[in-house]
Amino acid sequence: MSQYALYSFLDIPYKQVIIVEEILSVKNLKKYFVNGGFSRQKETVRAVDDISFSIKRGQTFVLAGESGSGKTTVSRLILRAIEPDSGEITFDGVKITNDASSLKKIRTKCQMIHQDPYASMDPRMKISDIIREPLDIHDIDKSSERENLVFQALRDVKLEPEEIASKYPHMLSGGQRQRVAIARSIITKPKMIIADEPVSMLDVSVRVGILELMKELQTKQDISFLYITHDLTTARYIGHVISILYLGKIVETGFISDVLFHPRHPYTQALMDSISEPDPDNLQKEKKIRINNPVEVNTYQGCRFRARCPYAIEKCKQEPELKPLSDRRSVACFVKID
Amino acid sequence: MTTLAIEELNVQYQLRNKTIHAVDGVSFSLENNESLGIVGESACGKSTLGLAIIRSVPGRNIVKGDILLDGKSTLKISEDEFTKTIRWKKISMMFQGAMNSLDPVFSIKQQFEEILRTHDNIGNHLKMINDAMDSVGLSSTILDKFPHELSGGMKQRVIIAMALILQPCLIIADEPTTALDVLVQAQILSVFKKLKKEGLSIILISHDLGIISEIADKVGIMYAGKIVEFGTLHEIYSNPKHPYTQALLKSIPKIKGESDLISLKGTPPDLSNPFTGCRFYDRCPHAMEKCKKDPLKTKTETGYVSCWIYESNK
Repeated sequence: MSQYALYSFLDIPYKQVIIVEEILSVKNLKKYFVNGGFSRQKETVRAVDDISFSIKRGQTFVLAGESGSGKTTVSRLILRAIEPDSGEITFDGVKITNDASSLKKIRTKCQMIHQDPYASMDPRMKISDIIREPLDIHDIDKSSERENLVFQALRDVKLEPEEIASKYPHMLSGGQRQRVAIARSIITKPKMIIADEPVSMLDVSVRVGILELMKELQTKQDISFLYITHDLTTARYIGHVISILYLGKIVETGFISDVLFHPRHPYTQALMDSISEPDPDNLQKEKKIRINNPVEVNTYQGCRFRARCPYAIEKCKQEPELKPLSDRRSVACFVKID
Repeated sequence: MTTLAIEELNVQYQLRNKTIHAVDGVSFSLENNESLGIVGESACGKSTLGLAIIRSVPGRNIVKGDILLDGKSTLKISEDEFTKTIRWKKISMMFQGAMNSLDPVFSIKQQFEEILRTHDNIGNHLKMINDAMDSVGLSSTILDKFPHELSGGMKQRVIIAMALILQPCLIIADEPTTALDVLVQAQILSVFKKLKKEGLSIILISHDLGIISEIADKVGIMYAGKIVEFGTLHEIYSNPKHPYTQALLKSIPKIKGESDLISLKGTPPDLSNPFTGCRFYDRCPHAMEKCKKDPLKTKTETGYVSCWIYESNK
């Protein structure tokens, strides 16, 4: 209530104040994996290398990149499925460490939707039990109440509770399963949901339905999303802010339409080139992607995109920093492209 | 010059207690090295159609219809003759997920040679392999490597090269870019574009209308075992007629982003039930009484559409 009081004191209509409170902030997050076992030479993979970003309340933040760029590792680090090497994660004002209370906080108030709705559910559990499980685990509400909450969650994701609740996952279609996964993620009333490629396994015709549902939950229940994807078109559809990840480093970040329509990093440019939109003119056009065949370089020395970058110069052997271009836009590149 | 014509093709799978009507009365024809895109959701029968063309579904499953290549039936000849004269020599196929089925214990070169041996080829094997590798933009140093040493994109190119080795005139590519990264996907598409320019016909099976638009001269929209609309790329994309095609095109987010996207409600029908009437009936916004009867094919400018809405225009 103190927020409202402050606004009325300052005589500003509440609605016009943009709330810029951060729900999640990640600072200098690092995770290296060491590859190789008995006889093989050890090799360090810098899966997440000094990444910082923050997500504002009610916003959808997109983390985009190819496979192997470390985007899934970031989500696992946030939920502490794995331990970061260094770095700081603050969720809703609480610093997440290994103590029970902060872990409970992030694991109830930050939920996850996985990529594959066929693998993320126990095939031998009923839908109602799948959705109910988080409540049982975290001991939320009286057990007599839980049934109602499950039904409400199913209604929230536009499924018919009476029809679906007693079914098993194999009886549902991919789109329905993903809706069940979303119901399971909203049952603990989370403030943030991490969605890891939630639509890439679904049929094209049902993808929009899932994205629309996420948008609706965002406005109705004030949920922030961390949307992890390689698909820039769905990212553009749902996202507000985007960070482009390449081999464990953020190379460009900013408002989504700024970044996609005026890319400043050669990698973002190449990603945009590679999009095929359903346009009959494509047939006659040559497909040009501004990217080189990879040359052998030491990945972790200098700019990581150097091996494939058509604009690479001598200076790129030094590591570029993520520097702000304006107050909302940062890019890690020595070369100016337009 | 190649022509391929499919006439009223029906493919059924017999399960223990039911019959799946995977492909049901599909007809179309391709002329003059045209490339075709087949679009549809999962389980609409698009892969089965591809497999039927190369006779990789057991013969008795093709219950009706005919496939004509250059005017000659490919279904009426014996299996042996098909292998000798058509399979891989005139039509070859890239199966879905084939890059993961390269044999891990043989080098790429050995796997190429296996194809040549199977087809009793007596030519300069090394030269043929090198030519095929060249056409997909791979260097011949890869030949001595094993599949695990290659990236996904390189493996997929090896698969394309394998399909090209006996210089077929038609290649069927089933979801050739799924499971690949966006950049690699785009590179594979440019390989296809180049091959197409050099005179190869491609039948591209995909659920992605964007990818289809890069390759296909003609497009068939498939729904529940039937091709509901067929025509040139241009006509289908700029003037879609069937409600399903319209819905599909409306459900794809575009990067420049208009926001009025509509998602299709409901699920495709179960293909094990015998049908009467339009299969899109349950999900169609224009469904009417008439749609309970089988829709007839109505001719359009460049193809046909199976929908009662256009019946009255005749």
